[in-house]
Amino acid sequence: MAQGIWIVAEQRAGELRKISYELVSEGRRLADQLGQPLTALLLGSNIKDKASELAKYGADTVIVADDERLAVYTTDAYSSVIAELAQKHEPSIMLLPASVQGKDLSGRLAAKLGVGVAQDCVEFSLEAGSLVAKRPIYAGKAYATVTYKDSVPQIATARPNVLALNEPDEARSAEVVDAEFSLDDSQLKTKVIEFQQEAGAKVDLTEAERIVSGGRGMKGPENYKLLEELADIIAATVGASRSAVDAGWRPHSDQVGQTGKVVSPNLYIACGISGAIQHLAGMGTSKVIVAINKDPEAPIFQKADYGVVGDLFEVVPALAEQIRKLA
Amino acid sequence: MCLKQVPDTETQIKIAQDGVSVVTDNIKWVMNPYDEYAVEEALQIKEKFGGEVTVVGVGPKRVTESIRTALAMGADKGILVDDPSALGSDSLGIARILAAVIKDLDYNIILCGKQGMDDDSGVVGANLAELLGIPQISVVVKLEVSEDGSTIQAHREVEGGTFVIEAPLPALVTAQKGLNEPRYASLPGIMKAKKKPLDVKTIAELGLDAAQVGEQGSNIKVVRLTPPAERTAGKIVDGETPEEKAANLAKLLHEEAKVI
Repeated sequence: MAQGIWIVAEQRAGELRKISYELVSEGRRLADQLGQPLTALLLGSNIKDKASELAKYGADTVIVADDERLAVYTTDAYSSVIAELAQKHEPSIMLLPASVQGKDLSGRLAAKLGVGVAQDCVEFSLEAGSLVAKRPIYAGKAYATVTYKDSVPQIATARPNVLALNEPDEARSAEVVDAEFSLDDSQLKTKVIEFQQEAGAKVDLTEAERIVSGGRGMKGPENYKLLEELADIIAATVGASRSAVDAGWRPHSDQVGQTGKVVSPNLYIACGISGAIQHLAGMGTSKVIVAINKDPEAPIFQKADYGVVGDLFEVVPALAEQIRKLA
Repeated sequence: MCLKQVPDTETQIKIAQDGVSVVTDNIKWVMNPYDEYAVEEALQIKEKFGGEVTVVGVGPKRVTESIRTALAMGADKGILVDDPSALGSDSLGIARILAAVIKDLDYNIILCGKQGMDDDSGVVGANLAELLGIPQISVVVKLEVSEDGSTIQAHREVEGGTFVIEAPLPALVTAQKGLNEPRYASLPGIMKAKKKPLDVKTIAELGLDAAQVGEQGSNIKVVRLTPPAERTAGKIVDGETPEEKAANLAKLLHEEAKVI
């Protein structure tokens, strides 16, 4: 019978991404409730030393698949290794990151195992030992609570920045196991040619603790400098509304909303954004929302914890100055 | 290319009485916005290399409108799988239906939107690629087909950067915003689309077992829908001047919200 909870960690260039710790933390909570062990799966090349990091957050066992061909993520290699391990060990629940990589992987893996996947979940619970997952649909205009039929493993991906992190326990250790897998080169059809790092990119919007976002009211691409200055001071990532992106002021990778990224930072500062429904859907789960807008009737004020009615060209630099004084 | 019909993004979503579906009255149904990029890319590839663009959709009769839109943009033919037993399919169920249609077609590239802008799962593309046994490259913002038509090179957008990935054809690609600027259907295009072939098929005609699709074949079951946590308007920050407002806001964020 299927037993145990697995989480699939995510690394890039040998560094674990924060979502990996969020998954271990959530996996620990579920494992304790079920009275089952928590296993973290770590794929990469020369990656074994990272296993102890996963232990600190609560993993009982870390299965390490160490292979040159796993250094960089490819759908082919990762899905085939994980599917093989899952078939051998039969975990009952498997959680992956709802990152671009994790979504790609989970879809392929689920089809290999002939099971379903609940994507981009924000909350997990258990009912009669079975996973119950809550996930946003229509970019957060509603939430669906889903369960699984009798198929195992029950696969879900978790949205970054939402699940609570455990306090790392430096004294905690895990059993580290070398994965046994057969990876045939003929299965590897795709090839990664290169990775182009985004220029000046700090933290991605989906992982950012703080976001300063600008819309139509920014009036032009040159004015985003104001937001970047504020973002620098509070260690935030700069985002944009759809109209700003469609106007060509910012790259589409900066877009927050239904056709862009769905974000949930601790602090979201919306500057010159009126608050179209498709934008609100993309940032409505932010913990604290600040709106700075000239128009007191702008719908964004209905969602904002703190509203400033005023000219962003005056308020934003003044805010930057005030926060600098606080530090 | 695979097409889905979804509510327009300006739609207010209301949960129906049954608690597991949304109210579909007064919804404006449109082609999934990510699918528009997929159609456009398919057309650009056809313009360069020749060939034919086939649009495959699953859903009720209204989906023919979206398929006609793709035909009006320049696609050559459409196939709609319209069958009550397909209702309630999860991603894998839909992928099984699409695979059953596509496996008998002659194809080089399958293009899908990166996700449906309704349930936001983004799973069908990967499911379908696995069922067809071909490689996938998802969330693509740039696509190039090699001169000899044997491989593709795709730019795949991830957090903080872009991977450049190569795959042999046939392969499946899912389209992200930024891949291209979808064209509008021209009036002559709309006229021509009316005469283009659009086949309607049933699950039985595809040789699929009805138990593999629809609610029966789904692994994932929606047990309830809930509205998002209500956010109410908070404080309007006081101040006579922009500087005063900024100072008060900084104080509130620091002392009350404790986020800076």
